[in-house]
Amino acid sequence: MNMAVVTETLQLRLTPPVRYVLRWADTALIHAQRLAEWCGHGPVLEEDIALTNMALDLVGQARGLLTLAGQLEAQGRATPFDEDALAFWRDERDYLNLTLVEQPMRRSSAHSPGGDFADTVLRNLLLASWFKQGWKGLLTSSDAELAAVAAKALKEARYHQQHAADWVVRLGDGSDESQQRMRAALLRAWPYTAEMFVDDAVDTAAAASGLGPARSALRAAWLAEVGQVLDEATLALPADPQSVSTGTQGVHSEHMGFILAEMQSLQRRFPGGVW
Amino acid sequence: MSAVLAKANADAESATARAWAVLEQVPDPEVPVVSVCDLGIVRDVAVQGQGVAVVLTPTYSGCPATEVIAQSVHDALAGAGFDPVTVSTRRAPAWTTDWISDAGRRKLRAYGIAPPSGNAAVHDDGPRPIRIHARGVDCPRCGSSQTEKLSAFGSTACKALYRCLACREPFEYFKPI
Repeated sequence: MNMAVVTETLQLRLTPPVRYVLRWADTALIHAQRLAEWCGHGPVLEEDIALTNMALDLVGQARGLLTLAGQLEAQGRATPFDEDALAFWRDERDYLNLTLVEQPMRRSSAHSPGGDFADTVLRNLLLASWFKQGWKGLLTSSDAELAAVAAKALKEARYHQQHAADWVVRLGDGSDESQQRMRAALLRAWPYTAEMFVDDAVDTAAAASGLGPARSALRAAWLAEVGQVLDEATLALPADPQSVSTGTQGVHSEHMGFILAEMQSLQRRFPGGVW
Repeated sequence: MSAVLAKANADAESATARAWAVLEQVPDPEVPVVSVCDLGIVRDVAVQGQGVAVVLTPTYSGCPATEVIAQSVHDALAGAGFDPVTVSTRRAPAWTTDWISDAGRRKLRAYGIAPPSGNAAVHDDGPRPIRIHARGVDCPRCGSSQTEKLSAFGSTACKALYRCLACREPFEYFKPI
């Protein structure tokens, strides 16, 4: 399909189904963008490759979902916005990812003060476990394309989760230093997990129409799996978060603008540029 | 059946066989020792008149070879005289390593990549936070079963890194998915 080259911020009709699909797509995409910051900086070569492999899977998943979101958004209009238009020409408020994925996860990148490898492996565990439950729920989506993306992504999420669990146990139940860092990372990430399981009108509509599961439906299985790993890692489960972050509503943390600036600047400077 | 119809059917059959034969020669860009057919990513070949429509299923969501493979399939068939050639992508059912042919598995092993061990059916589930790999992976060089996983992720999305404890050689493992 030939797409017109987009040169300005998209004006989108963000209906509940479009929002629902964008949440999955954007969470995968921004998590991938953060993981890609490790490229060339991994603590060992194998891990550098692993983190960027996972980023690649997530980008692939996001591509399928963004294409679908564009088609859902275009109903009644001849030309849908494609995956690139949606990735590069949406502003911050139209990005609907979990706030967790925006947070810094690596030290010494220019716009990511704080965070270290412990944050990375911990976040990978929390997110891969969440995605895994999400993809499972989406296998029976009323949208065949969404179900197809989920069926593929589920297999990938299992590998991501297994890999992250290995690291969380190794570092959590490791040296005093590694355990202290894993504890700190867990306390940093945990407040953002509330957003993974809080329903709003978009979730309710998706669950009612059969498009996909509401976020609240993912919690029990997620907590069972994450709890099992944390237990093995000798890391205590933190208390329930007291507030809910709002990335899925389009209201982001201070880190989001920097991520988008880095991700989008080339396409905005050279619209339609390819290599 | 009339003679004309029978001939048309026979022509289509032989053209379909010819298209498959062309595809058998299209290598995977990352692992050129196996063809796209060996990998099981060619899901359908439909000849219509002079043209052919091919359906491919990508291996991994983010596999960067997907576009290259579609282009090579297109070029190979066009080069063999099919016109028009259309290549489309089908996501469901998702690709599995169970679709790699026996010939493909033999070729992978001979090339130094251990083929997927057993089938990909997943006994779900939950993370297993123990660093033991449940499946035996034999070294593709010396055949020893004394091997260990170095990393679940290798030089391409589809492979893991292993090391043989007998011959000490590192090798790649095409992981079941």
